[in-house]
Amino acid sequence: MKIVLTATGEVLDSQLDPRFGRAPWFILVDTDSGDIQTVENSSGVEAEQGAGVQAAEVVSRLGAQCVVTGHCGPRAFRALQAAGIEVFTGASGTVAEAVEQLKAGALEKAHGPDVVGHWA
Amino acid sequence: MRVAIASGKGGTGKTTVAVNLALSLPGRVQLLDCDVEAPNVHLFLHPSVEISEPAGIPVPVVDPELCNNCGECSRLCQYNAIVSLSTGTLVFPELCHGCGGCALICPERAITEKLRPIGVVEQGTARGLRTVHGCLNVGEALVPPLIRQVRAKADPEAIVLIDAPPGTSCPMITAVRGCDYVILVTEPTPFGLNDLGLAVEAVRALGIPCGIVVNRVGIGDGRVHDYCAAENLEILLEIPDDRRVAEAYARGIPTLDAVPELRSRFLQLASRLRNRLPRAADAALQKGGARAHL
Repeated sequence: MKIVLTATGEVLDSQLDPRFGRAPWFILVDTDSGDIQTVENSSGVEAEQGAGVQAAEVVSRLGAQCVVTGHCGPRAFRALQAAGIEVFTGASGTVAEAVEQLKAGALEKAHGPDVVGHWA
Repeated sequence: MRVAIASGKGGTGKTTVAVNLALSLPGRVQLLDCDVEAPNVHLFLHPSVEISEPAGIPVPVVDPELCNNCGECSRLCQYNAIVSLSTGTLVFPELCHGCGGCALICPERAITEKLRPIGVVEQGTARGLRTVHGCLNVGEALVPPLIRQVRAKADPEAIVLIDAPPGTSCPMITAVRGCDYVILVTEPTPFGLNDLGLAVEAVRALGIPCGIVVNRVGIGDGRVHDYCAAENLEILLEIPDDRRVAEAYARGIPTLDAVPELRSRFLQLASRLRNRLPRAADAALQKGGARAHL
């Protein structure tokens, strides 16, 4: 399974960034092959609005089936849901630890946004 | 001929000046209330509303049959209002600024536009004046499109007074841009001075001549007057700090009806303004005769 995790840096030891749309890095982990890919989210960090929406597009284009982050707002959730991507919120620690939390079933699958939007 | 009444600081008396100036100018006068988040000219003039139209912004509608998910629309959109996902293209109308770029760039012509209502534009008449006001729907964040739709009703034959929103950000710029003259209303307080300085900078950047109205003279200190002298800004009118002005305002009565001795000051403002405007304004001032009540 391909997972995208939101991170403050570009290595597995980086802290998980609790923000989805404005996290500076996305780390794609393929749990089957062990491959890792990092993507800088500069367009999200600098977005005037809709950072979560464009982040969902990035994740969709990476071919991920699942997002692990801290929080997810209403528009990002809607876009991820439309793209058929599962969302797991409430992750913490390092990116590597969050992968283990997911594997151990310690993270709950989100059925809706867990924070309010920044606009409207 | 378009004259905006603006201010950096809110609550300095823009509407008071706009309403009383409109009532003091002869000829064909139109008053546009462009403070669409809190329009209040109608509270003083009670216009009969003759035309009421919904106002909105065009937002994209994607035809999933035609969309091949190429992502051109999403790459173009600076506001992330349209996204191309692996499963299709998704629109977030509340983020859309209505530029129409996505519909133009779509190679498959899969995008059409529909109007998303954001408010209403009402036109009416009061005391021989034509009035137009915009009122934004509660919860809407996009102010400039509605201001543009109010300004689109400007009568090219009239002296058009624009009651602008406060501040120096997009709404104020949208209301002021392209005007022939700007009246900046302030009060002689530290806040009034600070925000006047910002407004003067904004208006100068737009290349529009401006003059100053100082309201509530008697409170605060002399620094606004010092600033105007140093910056070579003309003080067109001073309104004294008078409880009767505030009482009339609170009751929705134009100042010149409630405080007769201020009538001559507003007439003086009208004639000063007339002298600052290009000669083309004279034609409008001579149309339609004098105001009935003056």
